[in-house]
Amino acid sequence: MKGVAITGMGIISSIGRDLEETSDSLKSGRSGIDKPNIFQTKHSNILVGEISFSNSELENNLDLEMNHTFSRATMLGAYAIKQLLVNTGLKDIPSETGIISGTSVGGIDMTERYFHDYPENTENRRFIRAQHPGFSTEMIAEYFGLKGFVSTISTACSSSANAIMMGARMIESGKLKRVIVGGSDCLTKFTLNGFHSLMILSENNCRPFDQDRDGLNLGEAAAYILLEADDCIGDRKVLGRVTGYGNANDAFHQTASSENGEGAYLAISKALKKAGIKSRDIDYINAHGTGTKNNDLSESFAFQRAFGDEIPPFSSTKAYTGHTLGAAGAVEAIFSLISLQEQKVFPNLNFKSGMKETGLFPVTKPTKMKISNILSNSFGFGGNCTSLIFQKDE
Amino acid sequence: MNRLYVNGISSISPQSEDILETGNLREYQSNIIPALKHDYKSMIQPMMLRRMSNAVKMGLFCSKKTLLDAQLDMPDAIMVGTGQGCLQDTEKFMEAMLTAEEGLLSPTSFIQSTHNTVGGQIALDLKCTAYNMTYTQNSVSFESALLDALLQARTESGTQNILVGGVDEVSPAFTGFQELDGQLKKEPVKNTDLLWSKTPGSIFSETASFFMLGSQETENSYAELVDVEIINTAEIQNIGERTERFLQTKNLTSSAIDIVILGNNGDSRYDPFYHELQEKLFAETLQLAYKHLVGENNSVSAYAFWIASKILKENKIPDFIKLNDLNCSKPRRILIYNQYLGKNHGLILLQKL
Amino acid sequence: MSDLHTELKKSIIEQLNLEDMEVNEIENDEPLFGDGLGLDSIDALELIVLMEKDYGIKLSDPQQGKEVFNSINTMADFIEKNRTR
Repeated sequence: MKGVAITGMGIISSIGRDLEETSDSLKSGRSGIDKPNIFQTKHSNILVGEISFSNSELENNLDLEMNHTFSRATMLGAYAIKQLLVNTGLKDIPSETGIISGTSVGGIDMTERYFHDYPENTENRRFIRAQHPGFSTEMIAEYFGLKGFVSTISTACSSSANAIMMGARMIESGKLKRVIVGGSDCLTKFTLNGFHSLMILSENNCRPFDQDRDGLNLGEAAAYILLEADDCIGDRKVLGRVTGYGNANDAFHQTASSENGEGAYLAISKALKKAGIKSRDIDYINAHGTGTKNNDLSESFAFQRAFGDEIPPFSSTKAYTGHTLGAAGAVEAIFSLISLQEQKVFPNLNFKSGMKETGLFPVTKPTKMKISNILSNSFGFGGNCTSLIFQKDE
Repeated sequence: MNRLYVNGISSISPQSEDILETGNLREYQSNIIPALKHDYKSMIQPMMLRRMSNAVKMGLFCSKKTLLDAQLDMPDAIMVGTGQGCLQDTEKFMEAMLTAEEGLLSPTSFIQSTHNTVGGQIALDLKCTAYNMTYTQNSVSFESALLDALLQARTESGTQNILVGGVDEVSPAFTGFQELDGQLKKEPVKNTDLLWSKTPGSIFSETASFFMLGSQETENSYAELVDVEIINTAEIQNIGERTERFLQTKNLTSSAIDIVILGNNGDSRYDPFYHELQEKLFAETLQLAYKHLVGENNSVSAYAFWIASKILKENKIPDFIKLNDLNCSKPRRILIYNQYLGKNHGLILLQKL
Repeated sequence: MSDLHTELKKSIIEQLNLEDMEVNEIENDEPLFGDGLGLDSIDALELIVLMEKDYGIKLSDPQQGKEVFNSINTMADFIEKNRTR
């Protein structure tokens, strides 16, 4: 199974403004979780994975006009794709390149800012359309001169993983030769208060897969990868390949995961089947691992079902970045690609003791190992479970 | 390559589902028109129903009716297009959060606010663990879902029956913002007069239209979905050429199209996209419209898909959806073209069985 | 039946959108979750909000809610003992 070639990546998160910083943080175990500094919220004690750029710094970096309609997630998205283009050495991206972006709340940061202001003032009404996820993708497309296939997936926390899957399908089917896929989400009061009302935010640094885990940390990020058909790559480097993907629905609860991890198990099984490999061929799993009681247990059971007694080394990198919601799938896709490049896996920070129910131990130190296939999980509200498999280009 | 047939359909809109047969056209004198109420309790458990906004109710109800129409219990995949998602619950949680100044908040509206709530609730109700996707790209959200269905039908052998739908709802403050943004007409207009309006803006509405797309033709089949095209940015003068290019990929020219269903919504700023096709490429083709029946929203092209499916099966074309005086007794191919605010152009091609 | 019991039933019906239900249809000792009234984990979170809003009682652990929200009787008892408003 050759899979779809990945020839570029760009990322910004609380652990790095570019690939190099990101990679350094991963290797040195540096978490980006802290109290919010730029993000304005009454819950200023809640820990988050914040990107240390203010909106105006992002505006300057992107050279936006005064009356632009970019929400923060849109700016982060454009920033990450700028990185992608630099890393790829593609000066100009052909206008027929497609883009599929995943986001959970798009530009709702603007709506919450101007909700009471819109009726009074005309000045900020240009952000009315910015609320919708599709608008965010359109603005990014316009920024880079992309005019053809532009689409958006919003399936909560699996959004960008699904965008990668759809992009791979578009390349495989020949519908597109080149597509930018990934996602972007920024910290918003809407999501922070939403997760707070669900009582699944930790007051501490999150500890995925730990017996004493007590919830998740939210984060913000944008991450995009470039997928290309083999006949247009030329002599550019292939960073890895998307060989497997699968989506299934847990069909159990609007927000909670099932006790037996059914959706996750089915997604993993589908991805393995698509990649044409056996479960023992997976060398490392980048888990969804949010740090909530419910997710980590359900996902662990899915591991046991899919891998039996031979669960490969796994870790959740959420303790580095926080849960970046719609962007998480793409963030972790890039972490997986870095792992493939460096033949090294990154630790599950803050882990102390295994869960009583499973006794599973994640990787807790940066570990050099031979890696050919990485499984990356992303699960979202609405029972949405997605697994992707990234393979080293041989 | 597998073919994809429309084997079941259902629609909820401001018009009744038998409108094409009865000609019973409802008139509205408002720029925001809600969907007709249905007996949701007949299909949805009360404990589920109590938390559902209009979009979720409409989407789930239509899905179940589509399954009944197609005589199927379980789809192999579910794909939903919704441009604005669950506006009502998003608004509810937003207002509560701002009012309470981030204080104590109840979680239900947040839980129900995610864009994939409709898809998730369909899965939950049907206990369907299959592939479940939600596209939210303005006026090509439904087209994105259709494209996904086409790709899956072609590549995944186990995916034979795909539930695809488009759904959007209105909500007081958010739809009000669209009014402030000039997307709604300033003056009141009767829906039946919409297409001849000469002012900016349109009327906004809520609709849901769902379809069962199957790789096997059945006795109930309505039509075949041939292909779909999504173009984010196009100029008025290029839209004819872009349409022809799409038809060429199917080895067709504009003369092979018997009916074109256009998304004219009475917005003087953007209807010229449709006029361009009406006056040139499809000047000799029967042209139909539908937004004077059901208004505008981000997934309303699914309603055009519903009309096209019915016409291709039943050959009945009432005069009140015609934009020109041409006739067509046995249509073979129908092309749907839609855009919103001059962007997110979608083309859908269906043909008779 | 005490006023608190009736008041609780009214607010539960309202807060949880139990549209078709009347106060007299909920028994004081009927389980609110599972086979009884059929409430679920989302409702449990709603009840935690209700406890804080109406009675000034903070439940930070959803697990604790399980015992408290067993029935109208257990809720009323807990409120009597712990209410701050």
